Amino acid sequence: MLIKIVNALLAVLGGVAGAVVLFYLLNKFAEILPSRWEERLKPYLFLLPAFAAIALYLIYPTIQTLVYSFANAASTQFVGFKNYSDLLTSSAFQNTLFNTLLWIIVVPAGTIVLGLMIASLADRLRPSGEKFAKTLIFLPLAIGAVGAGAIWKFIYAANPPTQHQIGLLNGIVTGFGGNPVNWLQLSSGRLNSFLLMVMLLWAQAGFAMVLLSAAIKGVPTDTLEAARLDGASEGAIFFRIVIPQIRTTLVTVFITVLIGVLKTFDIVYVMTNGNFNTNVVAVDFYNQLFTNSNAGYAAAIVVMLMIVIIPVMVYQVRQFRAEEVAR
Amino acid sequence: MASISYDHATVQYPGAERPSVNALDLEIADGEFLVLVGPSGCGKSTSLRAIAGLEAVTDGTIRIGEKDVTHLPPKDRDIAMVFQNYALYPHMSVADNMGFALKIAGMKKDEIRTRVEDAARILDLTEYLERKPKALSGGQRQRVAMGRAIVRSPQAFLMDEPLSNLDAKLRVQTRTEIAALQRRLGTTTVYVTHDQVEAMTMGDRVAVLKDGYLQQVDTPRNLYDRPDNVFVAGFIGSPAMNLIDVDLDQDGAVLGGRSFPLPRAVMSTLGAENARTATVGFRPESVRVVNEGEGFPFEVVVVEELGSDAYAYGTLHTNREAGADDGKLVTIRVDARRTPMKGETIHLQIAAEDAHVFSTETGRRVSGERVGPPVPAS
Repeated sequence: MLIKIVNALLAVLGGVAGAVVLFYLLNKFAEILPSRWEERLKPYLFLLPAFAAIALYLIYPTIQTLVYSFANAASTQFVGFKNYSDLLTSSAFQNTLFNTLLWIIVVPAGTIVLGLMIASLADRLRPSGEKFAKTLIFLPLAIGAVGAGAIWKFIYAANPPTQHQIGLLNGIVTGFGGNPVNWLQLSSGRLNSFLLMVMLLWAQAGFAMVLLSAAIKGVPTDTLEAARLDGASEGAIFFRIVIPQIRTTLVTVFITVLIGVLKTFDIVYVMTNGNFNTNVVAVDFYNQLFTNSNAGYAAAIVVMLMIVIIPVMVYQVRQFRAEEVAR
Repeated sequence: MASISYDHATVQYPGAERPSVNALDLEIADGEFLVLVGPSGCGKSTSLRAIAGLEAVTDGTIRIGEKDVTHLPPKDRDIAMVFQNYALYPHMSVADNMGFALKIAGMKKDEIRTRVEDAARILDLTEYLERKPKALSGGQRQRVAMGRAIVRSPQAFLMDEPLSNLDAKLRVQTRTEIAALQRRLGTTTVYVTHDQVEAMTMGDRVAVLKDGYLQQVDTPRNLYDRPDNVFVAGFIGSPAMNLIDVDLDQDGAVLGGRSFPLPRAVMSTLGAENARTATVGFRPESVRVVNEGEGFPFEVVVVEELGSDAYAYGTLHTNREAGADDGKLVTIRVDARRTPMKGETIHLQIAAEDAHVFSTETGRRVSGERVGPPVPAS
């Protein structure tokens, strides 16, 4: 244990010291140059390490993935669009896409509604109560998906009817005299997928709440008072005065959660590994690559995912810039 | 339109040691323009917000017309308010801002449009109706806030320092416009300001508040001529009234080593109080420069020339022990064409009938009786 802590400390210190040495040397190098060149080159020299890291860890793999998506399972031969056409015509992958679509529709909107509800309700508590409630609701975000998976496994756990039910849900069901249900295998109406979405909602609601709560508190009180004098009910004030004024935060939360949803992997992997009709794109990618050893399919899936995410990202960056300008 | 009345209205915030507004009794007549004025923290805004229902009245009642509204929610009071920061809805166009209350009330769209356009014409906002508040200047935003109030034809307008975010020139111009608009519409208006010039120029009557207590309510003229106490005397008027603590002798006050005779009635009142001292106040314009040998010597420290007027600041030798007059500068108005020099000593005569005498102990006025009870202007 001690050795691990020491290692971690050494790694942190080494990393920082390495960066300091690197920038020191770059600076020294720049100073050797004639002063005209020094001024011109210095910014680029300082940016170089970051660019190099991005190129090595982000741009190069992206291009490589793009290339592999047109190659066969072992990446030894180009096969054109075969990977894409195979995937898009296979019913299993269509199923995966359908599940992913469900996640996209339900989770971001659900997170917003839940976060708004919690934020505006917590806003009415006394300050100490508000803090306590918010801390509790924010906690799941700090646990991490695998920890959350362990917790929710216990909630959804099912034992044969003859044994004690350790799962919370089945405890309730059998407590009322029902038969235990194997929740995660209940794919009719995609119920098991929705049960997994509940986990992500549980984890993300805190994040949404924090941002939305700050935004709601930022709405000028006098506009609320003006609306009250204008005869608006509390509901009308919320929907016609508060919501429009926190629109940019709503969009930011929505997009952040949306991107998170598109990348959802851990929850599904831990809980069902994509079985029982709960597969989503990211889990499918992982299984194609590491279980089926089909680098071609895996790369094609990732490329399709990327194509879907890019417009969302572009919109987010634009939105962010517009906000900066408005400030 | 309606009258508004405070009946012993008290507002105390939870946890506060003393009420922000203390047993306020005030009648505001139908159609009157009443200004609430006072320094920061005097309770003027709280009094105003209590009419709107934005602050809970802890004791007493508030009536709008005949209706007791003390515990009515804001939306049921039919009151429009203009906020200090205008409180425009940033996501709505000017037209939507102005029409919001009517829309909430369920009025038909074309009728809303007509009303908004009428108001916009009055306020010179017609060409800005489709703009968002963000794209307007401060003065235009202020007019939109006014417009939002007038389209509703409410029982009363409440205005909470609506001019304080405008620059000095625009403030003076808008002040006149608001006063003129109110006369034209005849809507009962309660207006809060900390600026006594605004109060004096706009109000039919002015109510002066301090520390949650109503000090005096009267027409601007009477407030100026017959302030009820030292606070009102010092607060109303610009430059402020000179207030000097003086010792008393048989005939009056000792001022500048001389006796300053005070009316018999004043002396007998002070005598009844067993007062050895009094506070004498006089306005900067109620002094006359006289020849040497007459009047009181006055050493000029600073001269301010304003064009039409000039004010000289200086010390009046009251012959009290050093420090008794705190070296407080006295302000006098002098002839703008013949201003005294800095450092010069001139001689002043103060007309006895222009002197205001207050009890040093209670701060209340002792000179002269009040002209009568305050008369609400119609």
